[in-house]
Amino acid sequence: MAQWRFEVFNKAGSVDVGGRTVLADIKELGIDTVLDVQSARVFLIDGDFDEAFANKVGAELLADPVCENYHIGKTVPAAGLAKATIVEIHLKSGVTDPVAVSVMTAIEDMGQKCQTVRTARKYVVFGEITDKQLKKIVRRLSNDCIEVVVIGTDAEPPSPHLAPYQFNLKTLELLSLDEQQLVDLSKKMDLFLNAVEMKTIQDYFKSIGRNPTDIELEAIAQTWSEHCVHKTLKSSVDFEFDGKQFHFDNLIKETVFAATKQLNKDWCISVFKDNAGVIEFDDKDAVCFKVETHNHPSALDPYGGAATGIGGVLRDPMGTGLGAKPIANTDVFCFGEPDKSFDEIPRGVLHPKRIAKGVVAGVRDYGNRMGIPTVNGAIFFDDRYLGNPLVFCGNVGIMPKDKCFGKTSSGELIMVVGGRTGRDGIHGATFSSGAMTHEHETVFSHAVQIGNAITEKKTLDTLLQAREQGLYTAITDCGAGGLSSAVGEMGAELGADVELSKVPLKYAGLSYTEIWISEAQERMVIAVKPENLEKISAIFAGENVEATVIGTFTTDKKLTLKYQGQQVAQIDMDFLHDGLPKYSRKAKWSSKQFSEPAIEAKENYNDELVKLLSTYNIASKEWVIRQYDHEVQGGSVVKPLGGATNDGPNDAAVVQPKFDSDKGIAIGCGMNPLYGDIDPYWMAMSGIDEAIRNVVCVGARPDKIAILDNFCWADCKKEETLGSLVRAAQACFDGAVAFGTPFVSGKDSLNNNFICDDGTEIAIPATLLISAMGIVEDVKKCVTADLKAAGNMLFVVGLTRNELGGSHYYKTKKQLGANVPKVDLRTAKITAEKIHKAIDSSLVASCHDCSEGGLAVALAEMAFSGGLGIMADLKGLPKTDDCANLAAQLFSESCSRYIVEVRPEKFNDFAKMMLGVPFGQIGKVIDIKNLIIKDSTGKNIIDVEINELKQAWLKPLKW
Amino acid sequence: MTQVNAIVLRAAGINCDVETQHALELSGAKAERIHINRVIENPEILDQFQIMVIPGGFSYGDDVAAGKILANQMVLHLSDRLNKFVEAGKLVLGICNGFQVLVKTGILGKVDSGAKQQITITNNDCGKFEDRWVYLEPSSKKCVFIEQGRRIYLPIAHGEGKVLFENNEVFEKVKADDRIAFRYVDENGDFGDFPINPNGSTDSIAALCDSTGRVMGLMPHPERFVRNTQHPHWTRLADKTRADGRTIFDNAVRYVQKNLL
Repeated sequence: MAQWRFEVFNKAGSVDVGGRTVLADIKELGIDTVLDVQSARVFLIDGDFDEAFANKVGAELLADPVCENYHIGKTVPAAGLAKATIVEIHLKSGVTDPVAVSVMTAIEDMGQKCQTVRTARKYVVFGEITDKQLKKIVRRLSNDCIEVVVIGTDAEPPSPHLAPYQFNLKTLELLSLDEQQLVDLSKKMDLFLNAVEMKTIQDYFKSIGRNPTDIELEAIAQTWSEHCVHKTLKSSVDFEFDGKQFHFDNLIKETVFAATKQLNKDWCISVFKDNAGVIEFDDKDAVCFKVETHNHPSALDPYGGAATGIGGVLRDPMGTGLGAKPIANTDVFCFGEPDKSFDEIPRGVLHPKRIAKGVVAGVRDYGNRMGIPTVNGAIFFDDRYLGNPLVFCGNVGIMPKDKCFGKTSSGELIMVVGGRTGRDGIHGATFSSGAMTHEHETVFSHAVQIGNAITEKKTLDTLLQAREQGLYTAITDCGAGGLSSAVGEMGAELGADVELSKVPLKYAGLSYTEIWISEAQERMVIAVKPENLEKISAIFAGENVEATVIGTFTTDKKLTLKYQGQQVAQIDMDFLHDGLPKYSRKAKWSSKQFSEPAIEAKENYNDELVKLLSTYNIASKEWVIRQYDHEVQGGSVVKPLGGATNDGPNDAAVVQPKFDSDKGIAIGCGMNPLYGDIDPYWMAMSGIDEAIRNVVCVGARPDKIAILDNFCWADCKKEETLGSLVRAAQACFDGAVAFGTPFVSGKDSLNNNFICDDGTEIAIPATLLISAMGIVEDVKKCVTADLKAAGNMLFVVGLTRNELGGSHYYKTKKQLGANVPKVDLRTAKITAEKIHKAIDSSLVASCHDCSEGGLAVALAEMAFSGGLGIMADLKGLPKTDDCANLAAQLFSESCSRYIVEVRPEKFNDFAKMMLGVPFGQIGKVIDIKNLIIKDSTGKNIIDVEINELKQAWLKPLKW
Repeated sequence: MTQVNAIVLRAAGINCDVETQHALELSGAKAERIHINRVIENPEILDQFQIMVIPGGFSYGDDVAAGKILANQMVLHLSDRLNKFVEAGKLVLGICNGFQVLVKTGILGKVDSGAKQQITITNNDCGKFEDRWVYLEPSSKKCVFIEQGRRIYLPIAHGEGKVLFENNEVFEKVKADDRIAFRYVDENGDFGDFPINPNGSTDSIAALCDSTGRVMGLMPHPERFVRNTQHPHWTRLADKTRADGRTIFDNAVRYVQKNLL
């Protein structure tokens, strides 16, 4: 066997984009002695071919003949130049390498076989650097979890060969252990099970008269993990609120679920049961929506964590009913403030800017490759997300109405389709169920999963064909919990018999337990009737998708696992799924007593507005949005960016999923973590109001909006923390019922707190993301936020109150305040309905939601987006009596407000329609390109050129 | 026979096939999406089509380089068939990834027959994937996909779109042969740097055709602008004229109707 090493460099004169990017990264680290960086792609190929063929591979496959050169063997930088340091970054053994797979296929196409292909990145760093600086650079360029760095020319990359697995059944002594020993065992095995759970398991094995095998314990731990069963939200809670006692038998069931049940909408097809919530789209089709978080993995490996976050959530619609076709992605991120110095970053934490860039790149590369437009999102910066960034990934899918449910029967075959199983993602579900510490980086590196979007895309393409032909009866994804949870769920009512040695593996060496609990990506499990096996196998084989029968659904209600014919596990399905002890928790919340800061009134608010527009949370996210393909599939109607020069903000996205119908889906979100510092109830309520407002602004019907909850909280074993969650859940019930918008799906991620090496803890703020999906009857009536024409009238609909508490204005003053925005639920609903009616009647030229930064920011955005000015007068602002303060009128973030542009000839109809809700004319659109706002005495308190406002807004995140 | 038949090629990672099929059908063709494996198994299948479109996407993940693996596959398995297809007077259109594939197969990637690839498409100068709208000025007089004199507005969405020539001689030959189909301009028709030329492409080239004018590859996505509501600020526009992307498909179908049926 010959080993060939290829290095591919850019030719002199062609731009080395890779090297340039790394040089910029190094400069960003504060190292200015590096003069240049040269990048190269390295391929290590083991194959029985001669040098002539190797040269053919180099010339025709690996190097671009126009702009690249290849070199066989190792290159050394020429002597005489500046000091050069060679850094090579290889993947660790066993880590998925998609490029390697493609290269093997291509070499096969060229007529030769090769045994292994490995790829690496090589950088030649020119300039004097110290060892300490080199370490910093290496840390920036590579990820310990999945990569190995080789420095210099002499060291060798890791061997790709793994030892084969020798079967050895492990039984653990459980029956004789006392409580402390049980807890120790749980810790030793990273099971994240507590004493009561361990005791319950011990009792079960006592009842069947034997000790468990390792795989049995692992399977139970995974099925019972917080990540998989959400035991906190399902637990019974004794809640003390301002001294009064409340009790919930099942928290989530009595709040979020209860609202949906009470609303009982006939257009809800499947709620909270399946992998995504399903609602009716039209007579023929249904749409489903799911939002997941991938927080812990993204903290360790931002790129891989976020990529598999999007890859994972895509498999939810794909695994809903008989499988939906994904049509739109959403992404919401929470990061630490990006301009931190490295000294301010706790040990074990990546710099927030690195996390942000990695996360965006991960979503970009996976989402774009899948061919699914990423259409909506948000980014929120706060230092409490330093150790625990939040990465929410969502997906909307469409499927025929008669394919919304699957049903497994005994005798059907269990087939795993798509990616192979590897060691990646082991203990992901259990790992994400605990707090993060500075040691996680080393201890849980195996929990990081590696994605390959093309495998998932091929799997999707073929599954949709098989679905159309009715060749399988049920489907689910291998998400957190892997095969264990997928097969376990599908066979819960029946029983399942699985032969683990049949599962296709990425490489040798996996034990039977690793096979069962691996969370390797891109795998789906389907139930296939034996008579359809041949047909369905042909579909998969026809497009090079691997699909393997690994077992059968049975009738014995037991989960039976074998390895090479020998039984390694047998657990009663009932125990696995219903054996989890019921939890009771205590929660407590006392209303906070804050006060409003005294802030001096200003002559004018020009600087304040410019500053607000430049805050990271309000500033344009164009840098991120443009990296996502938001138009693939050809369905985008309202894009994330709009306006005269395609760079203004839109409130929500609208996609048209069917070419032969003008019906659309509006997708938006709401999230206000700052309000939660004052009152989690109103934080949650404002999120609901904002999500609804956003989709109504573009044209969604308020009576056909479905919403999703994603709770991200810190350590809920603390009564106060759980108390704030209970308050938010109560708001979810009240809000959903009042607006008539059912929750159809949701997910929680708890324990988002980071324990630093000195023992201090950084807990994230209570963060509830509300995502909304609303039906748009006719996309041709959609409205955007940019001003359309001078002479048009501008109205504010909805009341402005003295509510600067938790506002971005106060944040710029490092204040929190007390008056958090509240929602008048009755008016909020009527306002949304009236705005919709006006849009539907084509009375509205533009409409913008008034939220972060308040009225002044919303007006500025509408103006610079449309390239037009505004002459506004606060005399016309509908406001409460206590809202005399100018800052409050300009920057208060009161809910349920819309700014609407109306053509003069439509004024009468519009005004008639708004009767019954607070509204007032605030001004008009003008040709002069300034935003001018006068106070009630007629004095200009804001007068800034719209271009200055726009630049302030565009600049901060132009990375 | 009056039916214009188009094949939209699928492969692992190709992801604009459905909307491309739709665009062709709007223009009056009957379009079928067929996986490359089926074509390799049974190349005669190509005989029934007059238009072949290689749509956008990330064929084989764009591993090694954009479009490279699919191009390799086509050269090794379908080279003769593709040449015959073109020699028969039929049309080939490569969009985005499809353009990259056509260049890397050599079909659009060389000026001297028998030579190795002399033109390539590589990383955007800005170093990252970009989704934005661009204006395109038609250049070639012989490219059958072009509506002469009509400047069009289309979205790009790619990370590797910079057209690069081996040397100036190759570029001059392409120019002399009238093979530059579209160039990036601003709304007034003037050339410029980023973002007008979004990827740093040589001479602002957005699309190339072959010597016959019947094979064209372009980085922008015409199939993403076949309805007015796909325009990025359609809510501002009173003008409801035909969406610009339609012109490419209309011209292709009309050419086939006129010359091949």
